[in-house]
This record gives sequence, C-alpha cells and structure tokens, in this order.
Amino acid sequence: MPGVAIVNETLATYSDYAYRTAMVIYLFAMVLHLGEYARDRVAASALVAAGSGGPSVDEPAGRPPRSRAERFGRTAVALTILGALLHASSLVLRGAAVYRWPWGNMYEFSSAICLVAVVGWLVVLHRSRRAGAGRAAQLRTIGSFVLLPVVILMFLAGTVLYANAAPVMPALRSYWLAIHVTAASVSGGMFLVAGVASALFLVRGTATDVTGYKAALPARDALDRVAYRVTVIAFPIWTFAIMTGAIWAEAAWGRFWGWDPKETVAFVAWVVYAGYLHARATAGWRTGRAAWVNVFGFAVMLFNLFFVNLVVAGFHSYAGVN
Amino acid sequence: MSLTTEPRTETAGPAPRGRTTLGRVLALLRNTWRGLTSMRTALTLLFLLALAALPGALLPQRSLNSAKVDQYIQNRPTLGPLLQKLGFFEVFASSWFAAVYLLLFVSLIGCLTPRTLEYARAFRAAPVVTPRNLSRMPHHASATLDGTPAQMLEKVRARLRGWRVAVVEEPGGDVAVSAERGYLREAGNLVFHIALVGLLIGIAAGKLYGYEGQVIVMTGGNQFCNTGILGYDSFKAGTRVDGTALDPFCIKVDDFDAQYLPNGAPDSFRASIGYQSGAELDAGPGGPWHPYQLEVNSPLRVAGDRVYLLGHGYAPVFTVTFPGGETRTVATQWRLADPNTLLSEGATKIDRPGMTDETQRRSSQIAITGLFAPTSSGGKVVTSLYPAPLDPELAVDVYRGDLGLDNGRGQSIFEVDQRQVASGALKKVARSNLKLGQQLVLDDGTVVRFGSLSQWVSLQVSHDPAEKWVLVFAVLVLAGLGTSLTIRRRRFWVRLRPVRDAGGPGRTVVEIGGLARTDQAGYGEEFTRLRAELLGGDGSENHDGSENHDGSANHDGSANHDGSANHDGSANHDGSANHDGSANVTDPGGGS
Repeated sequence: MPGVAIVNETLATYSDYAYRTAMVIYLFAMVLHLGEYARDRVAASALVAAGSGGPSVDEPAGRPPRSRAERFGRTAVALTILGALLHASSLVLRGAAVYRWPWGNMYEFSSAICLVAVVGWLVVLHRSRRAGAGRAAQLRTIGSFVLLPVVILMFLAGTVLYANAAPVMPALRSYWLAIHVTAASVSGGMFLVAGVASALFLVRGTATDVTGYKAALPARDALDRVAYRVTVIAFPIWTFAIMTGAIWAEAAWGRFWGWDPKETVAFVAWVVYAGYLHARATAGWRTGRAAWVNVFGFAVMLFNLFFVNLVVAGFHSYAGVN
Repeated sequence: MSLTTEPRTETAGPAPRGRTTLGRVLALLRNTWRGLTSMRTALTLLFLLALAALPGALLPQRSLNSAKVDQYIQNRPTLGPLLQKLGFFEVFASSWFAAVYLLLFVSLIGCLTPRTLEYARAFRAAPVVTPRNLSRMPHHASATLDGTPAQMLEKVRARLRGWRVAVVEEPGGDVAVSAERGYLREAGNLVFHIALVGLLIGIAAGKLYGYEGQVIVMTGGNQFCNTGILGYDSFKAGTRVDGTALDPFCIKVDDFDAQYLPNGAPDSFRASIGYQSGAELDAGPGGPWHPYQLEVNSPLRVAGDRVYLLGHGYAPVFTVTFPGGETRTVATQWRLADPNTLLSEGATKIDRPGMTDETQRRSSQIAITGLFAPTSSGGKVVTSLYPAPLDPELAVDVYRGDLGLDNGRGQSIFEVDQRQVASGALKKVARSNLKLGQQLVLDDGTVVRFGSLSQWVSLQVSHDPAEKWVLVFAVLVLAGLGTSLTIRRRRFWVRLRPVRDAGGPGRTVVEIGGLARTDQAGYGEEFTRLRAELLGGDGSENHDGSENHDGSANHDGSANHDGSANHDGSANHDGSANHDGSANVTDPGGGS
C-alpha cells in the first residue's frame, strides 16, 4: 500500500521499558519521601510538644550526623532525578521510533506533562536550596505529594490511554505540534506542581501550631510562594500555548477560535488562573481563597485532559479531515 | 481602583431639594461605578466568565453540531426545551454570556483609565525621598570609604545608569540618592490589559465583517467561483455582510490524492488546484491558472480569503443508456457513511434526455441509490474494508418514475424522496451489486453501467478582515504579560555622610538600602552586586550574615514584604509609605 510509514519497533519497545522503569522509580522515591515525612512528623511533634516553636525552625548550625529522615529524603531526590532521566529518554526514544515529536496522542502528552512536573519540582527544590539547606529539607518532605499525582497520571497514561507507536493523522503533521503541544505540556506540568503546593497550603490550614500529620509540612508561606512563583511562570506559557493553538487552528481547521470543547475549557482554565493572579493582589483573597482558586485551576486542566478528550467529541479528538 | 467621576454639582449651588435628589442619583452612579471597577468585582466577573463558559463544553452546541443538540433535546423532553430557551445550546451567542464579558470589559476599562493616567504621572515624577533610616529596609548595608562625598556621588551615579535617580542635599549636610527602576512592569501590565480589549474588538469585528462558506467541488477540472452566496452549499456570514461584495476569485479542482496507512488511518490528503484572482479573472477559464497544492495545514490564501480542504469523498460515475439509444453520464457526490473505511451512500438522479412530453419525462427519471465501498468485502452484503479505492463495489437499488424534483419540495441530493416511493410514482426496478465496469439491464432495456470513479473535495472559504489585528493584539497580550510578570519594580537608596574627624583626607560613610516593590525574590542578588561594587569588600563586614541578602530567605515570616502579590501599589507594601518621615531618634544621619 502506498504511503506506508515506518515505525522503529525496537526503539518503541525500549521507550516503553524506560517509561515503566521511570514510573516504578518514582514510586520508590514517593515511598521514601513518605518515610521521610513520617519521621519528620514525629520529630516536629516532639518539637511542638517541647514548646520550642513551629516546624519552620531551621536546623542548628552545628549539624548533627544525618538523620534517617534526611537520608530517606536525599535518596528519594536522587531517585527522582534518575527517574526523570529515564522518563526523558522514554520520550526521546518514542520520538525517534516514530520520526516525529513524541507528543501526538494522549499517552505521550500525559507522559510529557508528568516529566515537566517532575523536572519542575526538582527545579523548585534546587532553587530553594539556594535559600538555605534547612528550607530545602523542609520543602523536600512534600515530594511524595508531588510524585503521587505524577505516578497516578503515568499509570493511567501507560494503561488506559496507552497508544502504540504510530504516525499521527495529517492534521497533526505540522511544526505547530512541536510549539503548541510543548507549551501546553510545559504549562500543564507546572500547574500540577503549583496545584499540589496550593492544596497542601489548604491542608495545612491557618493554625500556627499545627500538630499531627500536618506538622511536617513546610511553612504556609513556603507553600504559598512555590504555588505563586510556579504559576507566574506557567501562566504566560499557557497563554502562549492557547495562542499558538489558535494560530494552528487557523491553518488546520479554518478558524482561529471556534469554541471547540477543548478550546472552551482551555479558555476557562486561563480565566481561572488569571483569577488566581488577581486574587493574589486583592485584599481578603490573598491567601486562602487564592489557593482554592489555584487548586480549582488545576482541576479544570485535568478535566480538559480527561473529560474533554475522552467523553466530549470535538476537533481535539482528532476526528480528522473525514 | 481610583475614580475620575467626581460629581461637581454636589458642591455647586443651594437648591436643596434638587441637590439631594441629584446628589443621590450621582452618589448611586458613583457607587455603582466604584463597585463595578473594583478589583473584587473584576474577580467575581472573571469567575462568572469561567462558569458561564463551562456549559459550552459540557452541553452540545448548535454552532458545532446541530444534530447532536436536537438529539439531546429529544432525549430530555422537559429539560431540553428549557435549556434551549435559556440559550444553553448557543452559550457563546447568548445574552447572558455577552453580559458577563461586557461587564468585565467595562470594569477593565474603568480600572485601566485611571491607572494609565496614574502611570503617565508616575513616569514623570522623581523617585521618592530617601527614607531616614535605611537600616530598616529589607536590604541594607553601610561602609566607611576613602573619598569625599562628591567623589562617591560620582561613583554612585555611574553605577546607577539606567535607574531613575534623584539627588537631594539633606539639611545635615548628607547627600541622599534615591533611585528607582522597573517602571516597565506597570507598562507591561497596562499593555496586557489594553491589548485584551483590542483582542475583543478584533474578534467582534471579524464576526461582523467575516463570512464562511462551504462548497463541494468534483475533481477533474471543475470550478468554483467566489462571486456570490448562491455558489455555496452553506454560507454563514456576519451581519455586515450581504454577500454582494465578496472578494472575487475562482478555484479549479484538478485532482485529489489521499494516502492511507496499512491500518486505514489517513496519511496525507492533497488536492491539486488552480486559482485565479483579480484581473486574471477577465481572461476567463481559459486564462492562466496558478497551481497550488491544497493540503490540511496548508490553506490557500488568495484575494484576502482563505481556502481550506475540509473533506473528500467518492462519486461513482454512471453511464445510462436508454432504450432509444440516448446516453447520459452523471457523477454525483455520495456522502460518507463510515469516515474510517469511506463506505459511502448516496443517490444519483438522472433525467432521460430528449423527452419533450412533460408527463412522459417525469415518468422515466432514474435514480441509482445505495452503498459504495472503495475496497469491497465482496459477497452479497457489501461493506468497505479500506478507504482507498483498491476494489470498488456498489450495492444499488435502481428506481424509475417521477423523482419529484419539480414538485417544489426541496429534497436531499443523497436520498430519493420516500414520499414519491410511497405514492407509487417512483418504483424500484432493480437491485444489484456492481463492480467497476459492470452494468445491469433494466426490464425496459435501459443499461446502467458503473463506468468509472470520481472524487469530490469539500472546500471552505473563510474571510476575516480583522484576523491580522487579532494576531497583533494577541502578541501584545503576551508581551505585556511577560513584561509585567518578569520585571520587578525596585528602589535603591544611597546616603553619603562625610566623616568629619581629624581633618585628614576625605572619608565618607556610604549607607545603602534597597526595597523591591513587588516581588522580593531576585532583588537580593542584584542588591548584593550593587553592594559589592559600591562598598567593595567593606560592605559585607558591616552586615550581619550574608544569608540575609539572598533573596527571599530573610523574609520568611513577614508576609508584608514577601508575597510578591502587591502589584497594585497598595500603600502597605510600599516602602516609602511606611518609612518616610517617621522621625527616628536612632537615625545617626538625621537631625542636628
């Protein structure tokens, strides 16, 4: 038959192996983070009981040998880095196997979002180290909460959404795939990190002397800062993603904006995140409510990924030229 | 947000009664305006906008799929009509959606106008006065250096190139330098919001003056000219378009080629077309045609319009030889019954030529209707296995009689009118499967031959005169957003106090302070550089621990300076408001 496209099955198989291994490594890292979290919680409760202030107290200068929690946490971060490397190579191999950008279907797109989330998380962690080792350690305890949605999403992508390595339909054969979908997955992954930070911010609550499982969470301000800074970077990227999507739609579908379900929900998410940024500048909304808005924003992003792609039929279901 | 509608009449003359009434009305207007332009309202409207848009994704929409809407209403006899009445199936054309975004944009303009004026004023204003006590600033350092204050001032000025600088001689003989930078942040913010208004206007203009038409053209050199609405199969236009002044151009479709993967998934679609526009049209169809390969993702842009390849399908070509020896060859497009295998269905309707008697003509019309499989499964019941025409086969019924084409009722080109069949005016005379080149003979000797296969393409012509403006404003939106979210507004102060001891060579106490008006993060590094360059190694000695300088580290608990949320110049977060003029007895530089 004419126009037979070639798929390099060997590379595709290696890509799948790398993907699954990365997922398992993330899972290990998550468990180690949980171990660190549990140990920290005990320590923090002890501190609170002793009346020596909240959990945001930095470690004393004369550093004792690393605690078990510390070692757990450090190993978890090292594993996360390893996982991210494998994860990245799985995407690169997928791309090499099908001779195109490796985000042409929902499996690949979800995988890219997860990779961005993990890398984004590592960057946040790295930047917080510059602000002091104590704060990095504080922030590190939430690693399991960042990795949890990543592992779930990767599991769903690898099973329910999995698509065999194959060429994409003609409408997707455009350099805009590289631009638009990259921007969408980068912002999506970053919104995931921001959403987790805001959710934990809400979990932690307003009380200054938190106890129990909340005690090991980073300070409210630290969580709020992570959520805001990540969103501030992700929002213009998301704006760019929508605009390049519109430019692409103008070339592929005959109009730059047509309220296709995917477009509509992308617009809703944009408005919600714009609301978040405004809420941060409005008295009475600055903290608690803003965090709710941020969490809601990520919920809309997830809705757009799953519900609109799987349930609602639209242009983004790639029904094609037919 | 600040306000410009200061009602003057309130302070004008006496007239107590009129004044109170008028005053009340004005107060109401003023309060309404204030309420509408407040950030809280804007926030509420933003969330309302998000909420109002959601049904557009959750419910079927007329503009996208009208049949689905009808199905939805049919399945819900009580809820459906109600939603229909409330405009939930045309969310983005509904009055309530328009109300939300128009209110939002009124609020936005009401907020932008005073802020733009304020920005214009602030742009000309000098930086704020240097606070008395610089050590209270989030960033602070001081050192005693060799050199007179004048020399130091030179150095400071040189270093602060690019900053807006004001130098003040203070009463005590000190020289205070106040510098500010990052004005572009607010400029970006304003550009972003103004460009959003432009974007909305551009989109609205496109809807008013734009049109979109769809037409099916058979391959093999058939033409379509954009001369009027009647040439289209469907046409949707803005209210300012009456269809009389379309941009003239003609399209000639020569060929269509589709490639498929072994599993039947499409690989590429390409229509080879030619086009003429403007003065070239005078030459007529015989004149020169510009060749173009029309593909998905590659529309033809001609005469201010865009031409898209939307779809394609097959048209079986029938040659009918009537008993009298007259032949007619007809190809009519058949529509897709299955978009994956391109199984098609349709009705090819043929008038017998040479019939002068009207009743006789009407009773001898022929319709060939049924299914077409490009790659036939074979067997009695034909289905399609593959979208390319590898082994075409038809399964047809042939009708003869009165098709009802002249009875004034519209009918589908894809079906025979079942009413004609029911009334007996149209009779089924044959049923057969036909491969390419095969024929069947009707009872009266008429021969129906499946001679060849043609293809059709469906084209869309779009016209949106405001499209380029929408793009310009979109770029401005992005540029403004990037600017406002990356640039930090920050202040930097230097106080130079001559050391008056021993009468030796001039020495100066140089004290510096810094404050980021928006986001503290990142300013620490810039401040550290400034300190190193202005104070040299001495600077750090004076200071208590270097970790205080790296960005956000030292502000952990103090929400005031931290949040980075304070874009709006709220006085709380503005260093000058807090620190200015607070007479501080411990300030060594102040007073006597």
